[in-house]
Amino acid sequence: MAGANRLLEAIINFAEGEDIDRTLIDSGTPDHELIDQSFINYNETSVGERLHHMIDTHGERIFNGFYKAASVIICLALSAVLLMTVATLPPYASPNNPAVNEVAERYLEQGMAETGAVNLVTGMILDYRAFDTFGEAAVLFIAFCSVTLLLHGSSSVRANPTVATRQKSVVLRCVATVIIPLIMMFGIYVILNGHLSPGGGFSGGAIIGSALILYSSAFGYDRIHAFLPFRTATAISCTALLVYAASKGYSFFTGANHLHSFITVGNIGSIFSAGFIPLLNICVGSTVTITMYGFFSLFKKGDL
Amino acid sequence: MVLFGIGFTTLLLQKNMIKKVIGINIMDTAIYLFLAAKGYIEGGIAPIVVDGITTMEHYINPIPSGLVLTGIVVSVSVSAFSLALIQRLYKEYGTLDFDEVVYQLRNKEGD
Repeated sequence: MAGANRLLEAIINFAEGEDIDRTLIDSGTPDHELIDQSFINYNETSVGERLHHMIDTHGERIFNGFYKAASVIICLALSAVLLMTVATLPPYASPNNPAVNEVAERYLEQGMAETGAVNLVTGMILDYRAFDTFGEAAVLFIAFCSVTLLLHGSSSVRANPTVATRQKSVVLRCVATVIIPLIMMFGIYVILNGHLSPGGGFSGGAIIGSALILYSSAFGYDRIHAFLPFRTATAISCTALLVYAASKGYSFFTGANHLHSFITVGNIGSIFSAGFIPLLNICVGSTVTITMYGFFSLFKKGDL
Repeated sequence: MVLFGIGFTTLLLQKNMIKKVIGINIMDTAIYLFLAAKGYIEGGIAPIVVDGITTMEHYINPIPSGLVLTGIVVSVSVSAFSLALIQRLYKEYGTLDFDEVVYQLRNKEGD
């Protein structure tokens, strides 16, 4: 009798769409309670009790359907509100916008003379607003630290050494032998020319990071662990961030006053110009490189 | 802005946690497009000095480009961190479904 009741309740629940295993496993209620739930006498229960019973048996599905409908409605309402807000903004691409004010004018007209950078965006983020870029590099570094904390101990390489030394495919190795030096050269070019053409520390760092990822995929974990173990990677990353802090961290103490740097602006248009900017580009580039490669390695192998 | 709404809905509707991270990424990309587009001035070119012309009318506004750069970095960091958390959650509870994790937590507290 108990088994038949439980089976009946499982069939009812299955017809309503719930998982069969869960109802069979967690129906640890005594048998007389099961009888009360399955056979409700509609003549003797009130509306409140019937509503309660309906919510008990169907509640999860009602809530799911309601949730989906409500979220679609919320999405459409949110899009409509945002589009209406955008429509009340100043007209698109007009030169009389309030955002195009004296700040942009100063950056554009005197940027090249004051910072020595031909690429005015790089000059802006690495000279006028260098402290914000320091915050960005710090955010990347902190993300790398947290992912390391979460994933570093769970090394699947040490537990399974055959995976690491398995022969990689021939095509990948041949292509990587040719391409990796080119990618690295291109990445170094992008980093060093941050102030002369589009590019800069972040994009160049991502490029070199991808070269390292390709190297790690093509040649295995042992080869890259020989010249980039965990200690070296963290040493590079910390040193780069500290050098950046030493050169631009004075804003923390002097407020908005700009200290006159002892590195001159130099010959505008050549590589070794623009004051601190090439050095800062290199620092940011190395931090981004280590972070990118570190994310890949930690997610794939659990080790760096 | 429409992309932002789509991303937000993805965050709400999908039960798979990795798809929620994809929703966050879609929202971020929508914001970058919006910010970068707001910097455009009619008839201007990218703010890299060409031929020594440094008047303001020749170039677009460089400030939103800097803000977008910061935003991209923040988006990458947030995605990486949440994916690491999801990997640990998967190892602990054996499921990628957010409701399942809550269900197991509730049962574990009841014991």
